[in-house]
Amino acid sequence: MSVTHRIVVVGAGQAGLQLCETLRRSGHTGPLVLVGDEPHLPYQRPPLSKKFLTGELDAVRLALRPAEQLAKLDVALKLGTAVLAIHRDAHEVALADGERLGYDRLVLATGTRVRRLPAPGAALDGVCHLRGLDDAQAIRDRLGAARRLVVIGGGFIGLEVAAVARGLGKDVTIVEAQNRLMPRVVAPLVSEHYARVHAGHGVHIHLNTQVEGIVRAGEALAVALDDGASLPADLVVVGIGVVPNVELAREAGLHCENGIVVDEYAQSSDPAVLAIGDVAWHRNVLLGTSHRLESVQHAVDQAKNAAATLLGKPVPYAPVPWFWSDQYDLKLQMAGINRGHDSVVLRGTPDSGAFSVCYYEGTRLLAMDSINQPLDHMLARKLLAAGVTVPPTAAADPEFELKTLLPAG
Amino acid sequence: MPKIIYVDPAGARHECEVKNGLSVMEGAVQNGVPGIIAICGGGCACSTCHAYVDEAWVERVGGPNTMEDATLGLANDRRATSRLTCQIEVTPELDGLVVHVAQND
Ligand SMILES: Cc1cc2nc3c(=O)[nH]c(=O)nc-3n(C[C@H](O)[C@H](O)[C@H](O)COP(=O)(O)OP(=O)(O)OC[C@H]3O[C@@H](n4cnc5c(N)ncnc54)[C@H](O)[C@@H]3O)c2cc1C
Ligand code: FES
Repeated sequence: MSVTHRIVVVGAGQAGLQLCETLRRSGHTGPLVLVGDEPHLPYQRPPLSKKFLTGELDAVRLALRPAEQLAKLDVALKLGTAVLAIHRDAHEVALADGERLGYDRLVLATGTRVRRLPAPGAALDGVCHLRGLDDAQAIRDRLGAARRLVVIGGGFIGLEVAAVARGLGKDVTIVEAQNRLMPRVVAPLVSEHYARVHAGHGVHIHLNTQVEGIVRAGEALAVALDDGASLPADLVVVGIGVVPNVELAREAGLHCENGIVVDEYAQSSDPAVLAIGDVAWHRNVLLGTSHRLESVQHAVDQAKNAAATLLGKPVPYAPVPWFWSDQYDLKLQMAGINRGHDSVVLRGTPDSGAFSVCYYEGTRLLAMDSINQPLDHMLARKLLAAGVTVPPTAAADPEFELKTLLPAG
Repeated sequence: MPKIIYVDPAGARHECEVKNGLSVMEGAVQNGVPGIIAICGGGCACSTCHAYVDEAWVERVGGPNTMEDATLGLANDRRATSRLTCQIEVTPELDGLVVHVAQND
């Protein structure tokens, strides 16, 4: 492969922009086109459910790079333009404005879209989903005047929105279909701690509860639950997960599962096409597993991995995944992937407000969630990267210093 | 606007005007200072906005809090003057601040 290839990147988000930057910094001189369907300069999503909603951060501060810096990258930026189809035989993509762009290598960084609430009333004014800047702006605009907020879905985004709204003095109710908060991603111990903290801040939590529908009731909305209750709301925010934007790839005949399937070099079933970020069902050789991940860390690291592949210096993908979530004064930090764990070890005491939960498969440490315990998190990342496990008895002893397990050097 | 002076890993000086209230990290990103990568966008979670505060400024800038101190543990070549620039807010008192960007890649 050569540094003069024509590269087209679809999706001007965290992963797409990072790829362009790394390619340029690593000496790619060929034409580089970044196509995105949103009208905005590439921006960060994490603050959308955090400091952007509180009003602390404005939209301009969300931009990953200001326009002048982007211009210096010498990337042809086509914003507000969707890619409609990939013609693999012709090595072309078709854009919504009728243009066709030729490529030597194509990178799909199309991310995910929100899962819409599958209930009547989901499209009513005042019922908001949250994925992009426009969504967050709509919520922020309505939050000021709203008195009662109903959050549907007790995952990271719903809980972060709930915490922000409580901070603004709103009356907040969370409705979660499963029997605990963040059910798919954390251990029950962590769910319970977060339920206690939210309840302590005055949030009403309905678990094991489905939303049957939403109707307009005068000025307000009414959220009907399957237990017969009806919750009055001025604003409803839905956070029930996302679906990967695989359609372009699937219609072009690329192998897709719950994501575009790529190997440890970000390469899809067509050697000329790569996929990165939230949309990629990818292989991580450190973990020895394939999965899809929705995180900034993964978007950035896999973009770098794909850049290496494109520049003809492929390196197998092997980072330790990490993630964070901010709610009230709780910082949740996750290292590793806990999927497949068969036991959980508590490190510290939840009542103290600072603790970690270690996930094991047999005696092998798979992952650690740390709540206001940044030192544990930092060491977990280093230990997992070094392939060192922590004996469960040591993990359970908060006095035991994890750093003594780190290999020297 | 306060002026912040970034010395990048290659030794080049970047004198930048940065608005009060922004972080020293944001000032670097806006001005394209090499080496401040800031993956987590100021979340105090990644350490890729690591820099060394110039000796002359160490006292005025102060040290890291517990969260930042732990995250600094992920940084390359940590020293006594290490700070995460996303955790330093630009104020009139910091006009003329000099920071030396660490090797963050
Ligand atoms: C509210 C919120 C809070 C979050 N908080 C955190 C957090 O605290 N920590 C963390 O690590 N992660 C967090 N995330 C996740 C993180 O933002 C994502 O993992 C990251 O943005 C993924 O980057 P990406 O480039 O793969 O996708 P995106 O950033 O979603 O970019 C994909 C882009 O492609 C565009 N696109 C799609 N199809 C087409 C097409 N056909 N043509 C042109 N363009 C197209 C999309 O519109 C989008 O702009 C959060 C996400 C959200 C929404
Ligand atoms: S930007 Fe990530 S720690 Fe500062």
